[in-house]
Amino acid sequence: MRENRMPAPDPEKQNMRNPARQGRSGLCSFAVIRQYGVATLAALLAVAVAPAAAEPTEMSLWRHEALTEELEAGLASIRRFNNSQSRWRINVETLPQRTYTSAITAAALAGQLPCVLDLDQPVVPNFAWSGHLRPLDDLLAETTLGALSDGAKGAYKDRIYSVGQFDVVLLLFSRRSELQRYGVRTATMNDPYTADEFLQILRAIKAERPDLFPLDVNSKDGGEWISYGFSPWIQSAGGDLIDRQTYNDASSYINGDAAVRVANWYQTLFRERLSEEKTVDNQALVQGRSIFHYTGSWDAKRYLDRFGDDLVFMPPPDFGKGPKVGAGSWHWGVSTSCEHPEGAAEFIEFLLSPEEIAAMSEARSLVPTTEAGANASRDFGVDDPLRRLYEYAQAYAVKRPETPGYPKISAAMEKAFQDIKYGKNVNQALDIAAASINYDIRRNRGYGFKDEN
Amino acid sequence: MGARNDKKGIAFTFPALFLLGFSIILPFLAAAVMTLTDQRMLSPNPTEFVGLDNYKRLLSIRVQSVPPVLDDAGTIQRDAEGNIRYVRSAPIERTSDGLPPYQELGVFSIGNSRYVVQVRDPIFWKALANTFLFVLFVVPFQIGAALGLALLVKNPILGRTAFRTFFFAPVVTSMVVVSIVWAFLYNENSGLINQILGVFAGGGVVAINWLGNETLALPAIALMSAWQGAGFQMIIILAGLQSIDEQLYEAARLDGASEWQQFRHVTLPGLKNTLTFVVVTTTIAAFSLFVQVDVMTQGGPNDATTTLIYHAVQSGFREQDVAYGASVAVVYFLLVLGVALIQRRIAGSAER
Repeated sequence: MRENRMPAPDPEKQNMRNPARQGRSGLCSFAVIRQYGVATLAALLAVAVAPAAAEPTEMSLWRHEALTEELEAGLASIRRFNNSQSRWRINVETLPQRTYTSAITAAALAGQLPCVLDLDQPVVPNFAWSGHLRPLDDLLAETTLGALSDGAKGAYKDRIYSVGQFDVVLLLFSRRSELQRYGVRTATMNDPYTADEFLQILRAIKAERPDLFPLDVNSKDGGEWISYGFSPWIQSAGGDLIDRQTYNDASSYINGDAAVRVANWYQTLFRERLSEEKTVDNQALVQGRSIFHYTGSWDAKRYLDRFGDDLVFMPPPDFGKGPKVGAGSWHWGVSTSCEHPEGAAEFIEFLLSPEEIAAMSEARSLVPTTEAGANASRDFGVDDPLRRLYEYAQAYAVKRPETPGYPKISAAMEKAFQDIKYGKNVNQALDIAAASINYDIRRNRGYGFKDEN
Repeated sequence: MGARNDKKGIAFTFPALFLLGFSIILPFLAAAVMTLTDQRMLSPNPTEFVGLDNYKRLLSIRVQSVPPVLDDAGTIQRDAEGNIRYVRSAPIERTSDGLPPYQELGVFSIGNSRYVVQVRDPIFWKALANTFLFVLFVVPFQIGAALGLALLVKNPILGRTAFRTFFFAPVVTSMVVVSIVWAFLYNENSGLINQILGVFAGGGVVAINWLGNETLALPAIALMSAWQGAGFQMIIILAGLQSIDEQLYEAARLDGASEWQQFRHVTLPGLKNTLTFVVVTTTIAAFSLFVQVDVMTQGGPNDATTTLIYHAVQSGFREQDVAYGASVAVVYFLLVLGVALIQRRIAGSAER
């Protein structure tokens, strides 16, 4: 029966009955308006007169989602920065690692980059050329930049656009007990394996144990691993992927004699089944299916925990001009759209302090990028277990070519080496890579290195 | 009355048409326009109109005759077995029009003449061939499996619902997960499939390189894709089976038909429409093969598994050449459209 239903309570009427409840009707009272007006005026005066740091300025930051320890260490750094001063407050957002570069590329295209972001060093020139990153030469102190190792600075056309707290080196992991069993000497910085010597070692082990794949080169990984892991071999052989004076011509570099020699060596590994065509996981060294693991220093902690004193670090094989270990890991950059570059600079200076670098290096054996940071760290100080890795970085690091055309160079090298692994003619594969890289450079008008454009 | 109903009907489709237009047709048209430019993903250079250059890059193909090797007197040289020796064609031939050089795709002989096929983008042509091959493999695998499964679960046996669930489960599993698991299964040295085959081979070691062998990689991926997708077609065929009149089977049995004859003369004709639908949808889905290739083989070995969409994604995202990737996508669209129209024509004419 509709008429008997009570009408819904009227909020206006309720407020009028209860003056303590300041609803809409409450504001109509003149006394209250005056009260609010005085309070607002007082607040405005307080803000105007008070020092500008009453409320910290918010800055956005994006980073990739690394493995737990690394991510935790990164977030802890940001928390420490926020707590150490009251002028700036960083808001972090993490994005999945595998698609991180695509995500920030899309954001750049949409004009929605955050103030501070981390980038994989090889893509920094691409972003810098497209005008999305601020040069850091002016934002950071000269002493700060001067203390950084080469692999910690991302440059494009002689200006620095990104800096890194840590770096990664490529090396050979093995076990002392296994080396002794097969009568193999331990390589050292003064006396690394030469490429020929190493091939003989692998062949000897294979002859004795045909069921093993003596060298694990992460062959299930494609993508950037190919260029990152194997272009240092080409540099060790005295060559390179592209001419680094003008970044204009890849022919006679990626398909030059040094590269051909390295590619043949690489093809031999698979043809003689010294390495698996496609590893099933990264447990080969742990499970004894491989004797050597050629990979980045990110695995150092895992192996140290597992093998302890039995673990031995060795430099990569020397293809003629000394071993090379690669360089350039995750870097920090400041976007051009950032409204508070001085805040971003303060944050990056904080990250590059010895304590912060040391703290970061403890997560997942990441190599510090300054001497002070290494000495302050737990694992990379002078007598500490991972010091060797820091020394490799100082002595052998070479970055990948710093050109906006690097994505194409990496893709071309990946295609060439994958085909070579499956038996394609080395010269043909590398010639095709050189031709496609050169076409790409021409199509993009020299990527900003030519003076006319 | 009829006209007003028509108008109402059309009005009801507006929301769907709007969404379709906005989220599919409009972006596709934008992409098609982009293929006429040299757009790169990140670039400070202003985008320029380049006309059909991207399509020339993609589709240029030419056949050149390869002359035999002549000695000084002008007679044809032959090798030790009496075969004609031909001049070695250059693997890369540059042209002066600013487009990528021609590369050798393959050679063939007609009688005593030899010809070399040259293309500017060999990966595109291999991707095209692989895509067609994949369709040829996966459609019979998948539909055959689906038909078999549907026949098995048609009858009210014990646990029928459980079986249907198990058969359908792969369909709802992410293709990425399925690809990763099957990559483990297919592994040459540690994979389960090789180990099981080894048991059958009397305990020996069977080390078939499923994903690393140029001839086996694509069929292996097709087998896995068929396994994953069969459940979906099974449901559809099941519905078709259930719509076949039971009296037809009774009549056939009364006439003394065997199981196989019943299948051939009652079941298959009754399923014609269903099978047509299933073949068309499976074919169109098969053309867009990407995830399995991306996860398991990355286009290898030696372009044996690269497909059109994989090539488009590699060009557009990995190499940042967006306009070119879009060109591949446009060609893919036209291809699928053509195939769908042909299939409709065939199915339509068969009905008459």
